[in-house]
Amino acid sequence: MEINTFEDILRYCRQLNATIPEVMIEYEIKKTGKTREQVIDGLRKILHVMLESVENGLTRDVKSPSGMLNNYAKKVFNAGINVLTVNFKKAIARAMAVSEVNACMGRIAAAPTAGSSGIMPAVISTMMEEHGINEDKAIEGLLVASAIGLLIVKNASVAGSEAGCMGETGSAAAMGASAIVYLLGGSNKQIESASCFAIQSAMGLVCDPIAGLVEIPCIFRNAVGVANAFTSAQIALAGVESVVPLDEVILAMNEVAELMSPKLKETAQGGLANTKTAREIQRRFLYQIDIGK
Amino acid sequence: MTSIFDILGPVMIGPSSSHTAGAAKLGLVARQLLGAEPVKAEITLYNSFARTYKGHGTDRAIVGGILGMKPDDERLRNSLEIAKENGLRYEFKLIMKAPKLHPNSARIKLFDKDGNKIEMVGSSLGGGRIEVVEIEGFKVSFSVMTHTIVIIADDIPGSIAHISGAIAEKNINIANMFVSREEKLANMVIEVDQEVPNEVLQKISSFSWVHYVRLVEPIV
Repeated sequence: MEINTFEDILRYCRQLNATIPEVMIEYEIKKTGKTREQVIDGLRKILHVMLESVENGLTRDVKSPSGMLNNYAKKVFNAGINVLTVNFKKAIARAMAVSEVNACMGRIAAAPTAGSSGIMPAVISTMMEEHGINEDKAIEGLLVASAIGLLIVKNASVAGSEAGCMGETGSAAAMGASAIVYLLGGSNKQIESASCFAIQSAMGLVCDPIAGLVEIPCIFRNAVGVANAFTSAQIALAGVESVVPLDEVILAMNEVAELMSPKLKETAQGGLANTKTAREIQRRFLYQIDIGK
Repeated sequence: MTSIFDILGPVMIGPSSSHTAGAAKLGLVARQLLGAEPVKAEITLYNSFARTYKGHGTDRAIVGGILGMKPDDERLRNSLEIAKENGLRYEFKLIMKAPKLHPNSARIKLFDKDGNKIEMVGSSLGGGRIEVVEIEGFKVSFSVMTHTIVIIADDIPGSIAHISGAIAEKNINIANMFVSREEKLANMVIEVDQEVPNEVLQKISSFSWVHYVRLVEPIV
């Protein structure tokens, strides 16, 4: 059972008369020899780690060693002002919470990477709260997200060092968008379109972390990734279809990744990382380097 | 092979799946290739690893792996201090430009108390996935997704048959086998589907022409 394209996934859906989550379970069983229960249990563990990381970021003291992140998620979560709704504010705060846990060497589930690990937990926990999605259903949402992530891994990249932040938070936003559409009863076509919109809005996004730390701008890009996921899902669920199919959008993503300068791929040599202020922070925090003895 | 748990997961200690979790795995692989408690580690970080290791805790992750910590072990945060307590000496070298290597690569040389050593080069591909690309000077390519047997032996006729025979004897299915040669030696990397009992490794190492056998277990 080979899955390389979204077309492959749709073909298996037809052949097996199954939903995308069912196809992905079948794929995993065939690839790894795991039982169905082991696959579901594994996903349940991931889900629990995700929900815990949200909780930890909103309750524990999470101040990063550099001091650049300092309990910002709580600040947003408890802010008196709602620019749209309370739910929107809470959704982005959850992504920031996980980003802060991650930056402080706490436990998270990469989804698809650690740098982008705030988006899926924020999407899923928000869907559980706002739409009464239960754990079993949330796991189906994770399976749909894994399908989109798999296609990107196969045909482009999710590594910041290869595809910049487009590969990390761009992929996570597409995965999140696909899960939201699925959980709200959207069609496979709508799942595809939502993923396309999310990637298109993250095309060319660079990875330029200050001092090479997974802190700033990562935390904001995780928050925006959640907004991207909900935005893309909203548009797709309304019936707007992507002009370019997902398989081609992912190839475009790969082309953009190849065109991007290495300075903009996690090396902390360009963009925000190369500003005067960022360089100063880098000198202050990093060049007390201990390379052992 | 890509599992959905390469996309969702690993569960890990932050901040970076490539620079922290993948790095811890590289350290764990090196530890298994040594096959004894390491007392000294010489680590060279290349490219992006060399530029940003401090901020991602890559140094802490690799040393933690060498000490036997998994990528989701919260002690990774304090691994450098734990190394000092446990008598593991370590040193890092940085090489900013190694264009032939993947952006996130490391060379790890480990020594045990008896002076045995092992040297490997590995890359962290993103999302916590790794690839071992060199062992003891042999070019290799494997990702530790399954039980992997690494062998260095004299390059003599019939060696592959003897080794695969020792594996098949215990009803273990060989999924992949890679062979590379350097002068009179051959390196074999054998990926198998099942757990490998110790007897199989003992049998292989009992062949007079086999110099080195280690089992590398998948890191989950």
